[in-house]
Amino acid sequence: MRASRRVTITASVLLLGCMLGSAVLLHRVDKVRTGATLQEVLYITSPKVLKCMSLGYEGLLADVYWTRAVQYFGRKHMAYAQHYDLLAPLLEITTALDPHLIVAYQFGASFLAPRPPNGAGMPERAIQLMEYGIQNNPDDWKLYYNLGFIYYMDKKDYASAAEAFERGTKVANAHPFMKILAAQMAQHAGDLQTARMLWLATYQTTQEKQIRANAVAHLRALQVDEDVMHLQDAVTQYGRRTGHLPSSISSLVAAGMLRGIPVDPDGHPYKLMPDGRIEVRQPDDFPFIEKGMPPGYKPPSKPKFKSLE
Amino acid sequence: MSARIVHIASNTFREAVRDRVLYNLIAFALLLSGAAILVGQISMDIEKLVVINLGLTAVALFGVVIAIFIGIGLVSKEIEKRTLYTVLSRPVRRWEFIVGKFFGLAGTLFVNTFFMAIGVFGALLYVAHRFNKPDAWVLVALYFIILQFLMICAVALLFSSFSSPLLSAVFAFALFVIGSFAEDLRGFAAMAHGISRWLATGAAYLVPNFSALNVISSVAHEQAVSGQLIWYNTGYALLYAAMALCGAVLIFEHRDLK
Repeated sequence: MRASRRVTITASVLLLGCMLGSAVLLHRVDKVRTGATLQEVLYITSPKVLKCMSLGYEGLLADVYWTRAVQYFGRKHMAYAQHYDLLAPLLEITTALDPHLIVAYQFGASFLAPRPPNGAGMPERAIQLMEYGIQNNPDDWKLYYNLGFIYYMDKKDYASAAEAFERGTKVANAHPFMKILAAQMAQHAGDLQTARMLWLATYQTTQEKQIRANAVAHLRALQVDEDVMHLQDAVTQYGRRTGHLPSSISSLVAAGMLRGIPVDPDGHPYKLMPDGRIEVRQPDDFPFIEKGMPPGYKPPSKPKFKSLE
Repeated sequence: MSARIVHIASNTFREAVRDRVLYNLIAFALLLSGAAILVGQISMDIEKLVVINLGLTAVALFGVVIAIFIGIGLVSKEIEKRTLYTVLSRPVRRWEFIVGKFFGLAGTLFVNTFFMAIGVFGALLYVAHRFNKPDAWVLVALYFIILQFLMICAVALLFSSFSSPLLSAVFAFALFVIGSFAEDLRGFAAMAHGISRWLATGAAYLVPNFSALNVISSVAHEQAVSGQLIWYNTGYALLYAAMALCGAVLIFEHRDLK
């Protein structure tokens, strides 16, 4: 074999071996360094400093920071974390670097506002973020919608929610439902119908799969809450009328208090417990329900999302 | 190591010294002593932090610039000056020439880093008046910087083996920047779907990962570096450098030098 050929074969084999070996080791390095990147990044917390360091390419840096925020949230969410300390600074840096990155306001606020483990439980910071977004993008009606949504769902501050929706109606090209929402807030704030309208609007105004799945999960939960509330009323009325609790849901139907056996969104009938409580059969399938859970029920740390068929 | 490789390496080192590469140490010394004195006057309680951050960053950047700008000329300059033909007309194999050049450049950078490290520790002693136990982690950061240099030397040599010096510099510098954002690149890959995810992941593993080798901020905050990370990074950097070197050997072996 010629010397040159021998060198070629040896170098090729070595190259492939080293390539494979370096990929394996890099994978291990990643495992050792989980979370290290973010700790390092946040040693620089000043958007102004980062802006200077980006040498004018702050748009690209904002994209990088947005990706980091998404990854940080995703990683924490997967680990069922109760604390998301770096989320707000990451989002604030992202939006300071690129104040027109609408996606960072919309999804960022939906990461920040809900209670853990579904979010960071920081509705105040989410509101600040949305206000900053509105200040820089006053013509984007979706930001007002998101602001109103946070006030309504996470702060239960219906007056502020109404005000946010009202501000949104003044934006050119605002979706017509903004006017309906603003009016609804004034009259029916806090009822299930309004909450359903908000989640439906969320579902209809986004193409993002995760956001849609989240909206569907909330709509299903609202349906269950409403059913349980009606059934519970029927049980109470039956008790008042007969002096004892019904033995089954069929008794309520027989008494003419229900038209038929009600079923949950998955088609399973609800359960009537011996103490007169109404329970849903598979509470794990309905994350976000507030009614119909067994006593002491703990929801699964990872909620099950279903698509809306 | 064969005697021929040692000779080529020592000649490469001597040539770098003759080219006044080590003069950068003067700029480094001025920068570090200036920072050590100035920061103490204009800031509060971050003198040590600044000296470590600035010192190690300067060591890394000065070294990267040297590695790229010398590395890209290692082969092309020899061809341009026609000295390569003299070398290869002797019983020197092409791969020995490449490997010798690599070790020569790596040696230059090691010596340069050694003196800079003395400067960093000197400045540290000046601002803190004594060394603490966590200061030993600075040595680990310096070790990681040297590992980075090995990778960059090999990459610069790889480009130098088939491209012009200007393009090699552009390629090597671009790869350095991409490698510094390698973890973000993998983050982007993780967010992609389908074939683009595979392509992006492949690209993310192919570019050098310099971010894993950058522990400057951690050691500045006196955080420990795990032994596992030291082992894995060592293995990774050596394998990556070997990979790039093999690529350079393969290209140079088949290059028509007539």
